[in-house]
Amino acid sequence: MSILVIAEHDNLSIKTATLNALGAAAQIGGEVDVLVAGSGCAAAGQAAGAIPGVKKVLVADAPLYGGQLAENLAALVVGIASGYTHILAAATSNGKNVMPRIAALLDVAQVSEIIAVKSPDTFVRPIYAGAALATVQCKDTVKVITVRTTGFDAVSAGGGSAAVESVAAGADPELSALVGREIVKSNRPELAAARIVVSGGRGMGSGENFKILEPLADKLGAALGASRAAVDAGYVSNDLQVGQTGKVVAPELYIAVGISGAIQHLAGMQDSGVIVAINKDEEAPIFQVADYGIVGDLFLVVPELVKELG
Amino acid sequence: MVPVKRVVDYNVKVRVKADGTGVETANVKMSMNPFDEIALEEAVRLKEAGTATEIIAVSCGLATSQETLRTALAIGADRAILVETGVELQPLAVAKLLRAVAQKENPGLVLLGKQAIDDDCNQTGQMFAALMGWAQGTFASKVKVEGDKVSVTREVDGGLETVSLKLPAAITVDLRLNEPRYVTLPNIMKAKKKPLEVLKPDALGVDVAPRLVTLRVEEPPKRKAGVKVPDAKTLVEKLKNEAKVIQ
Repeated sequence: MSILVIAEHDNLSIKTATLNALGAAAQIGGEVDVLVAGSGCAAAGQAAGAIPGVKKVLVADAPLYGGQLAENLAALVVGIASGYTHILAAATSNGKNVMPRIAALLDVAQVSEIIAVKSPDTFVRPIYAGAALATVQCKDTVKVITVRTTGFDAVSAGGGSAAVESVAAGADPELSALVGREIVKSNRPELAAARIVVSGGRGMGSGENFKILEPLADKLGAALGASRAAVDAGYVSNDLQVGQTGKVVAPELYIAVGISGAIQHLAGMQDSGVIVAINKDEEAPIFQVADYGIVGDLFLVVPELVKELG
Repeated sequence: MVPVKRVVDYNVKVRVKADGTGVETANVKMSMNPFDEIALEEAVRLKEAGTATEIIAVSCGLATSQETLRTALAIGADRAILVETGVELQPLAVAKLLRAVAQKENPGLVLLGKQAIDDDCNQTGQMFAALMGWAQGTFASKVKVEGDKVSVTREVDGGLETVSLKLPAAITVDLRLNEPRYVTLPNIMKAKKKPLEVLKPDALGVDVAPRLVTLRVEEPPKRKAGVKVPDAKTLVEKLKNEAKVIQ
């Protein structure tokens, strides 16, 4: 077995999600190479080389990879794919964007968002918003896989010394161009990797009211999240959405405030360690999955909670 | 061109079959995949704005998908194509069928839902774009056609990203692109008279054999409901001393 893991990075360091994907690669077994494609990404290549268990890092450093455009990346990966039995990436928005394109170009299936490895060709993945788990066997010669980060422990980021090689850039397909990014800046931990998440739902009532969650998140060192209803209503930006079609999180502690608990939301957080629900409706489905629930007015309970945390 | 999929309605509580071969779909309400509805709505708006001239809805699967196509026609598609097969279709096979249809129809833009809410794969649009050699704009929250290019604002992990794609292109849509309209009775009546063509994978020269074998489908481990606590003070005590998740 020979596995290629496509790294997600910011040119300087490797994202935690990739360390989770490497966790899945370790369970599949065999030699693991990492591809770092970007523009000015030498430092990220070095960082990948320090990950224990990585045999070789391939660095493709060229302007056409700066935007992480799927068209350019997929063409590059297909060019270096021969010899690999598995191609993996974390199921982040980047991974979900590029991996099916790679699979189709290789004429193979993709296995999306695996949460467990049963054998090198058999994997478990959630379907129907996590209402069922399917065990699937992939018959193709190359297995293209996206890895749900909550399903696998991250490997450690330092201590290894893999060879770092550069690979030549491919031709630019000239199909697409990055125009701009509006990345939400935050001093809080990254939602997908946070130890504690405080999420608000429709019950927050407005974007202004959402701010009462901030002191609570500050006290706990938590990331902020939201239900789809809160994002659709415009209370907060889309990058906070937790659920079937948003981010999937599994923090040690998840505090759901004013969230009723539709199955689509539960799909994104039900693997959390401890779930706390604060909701004025005692019949809200969120209480069926919560370890601790408070039935009450969130506008009273949340400030009290901040006070009690000292 | 807008591909649409017939799926178990998003409000249905899905049950796993006792024999572990799949989920119960008999006597269950079926609907158009919600993301496909958003894709179709966007196409109708592009036509209303004079940007698009014709909308073709395409579905791949059982004959019952004709119902879904009739809904698409009622929402505003001009004609429909069903690629009918009883074979379990996986995303790569669907992408190949869509390629065969696109090669006949030469659409200027293909709008798809970003994922189907049944298999949650999130693959077909990207695979279709790859097979066509087209640009792809996934998870779109804004679409603007500008001459021979289309500008797509994408919902990504950190926020938003805008890409400019050469046309023709494939765009997969996210939740916040638009709010689909309700189907009206006069439009349902009109939809019955719109053309619906039925094709077969063999006639399109596409091998649709599944690449993945589902060995087993099971229920996930269930969380148990915990306890209700009376106030914030008790909650903090429990989180510190019982659950030990805060200090």
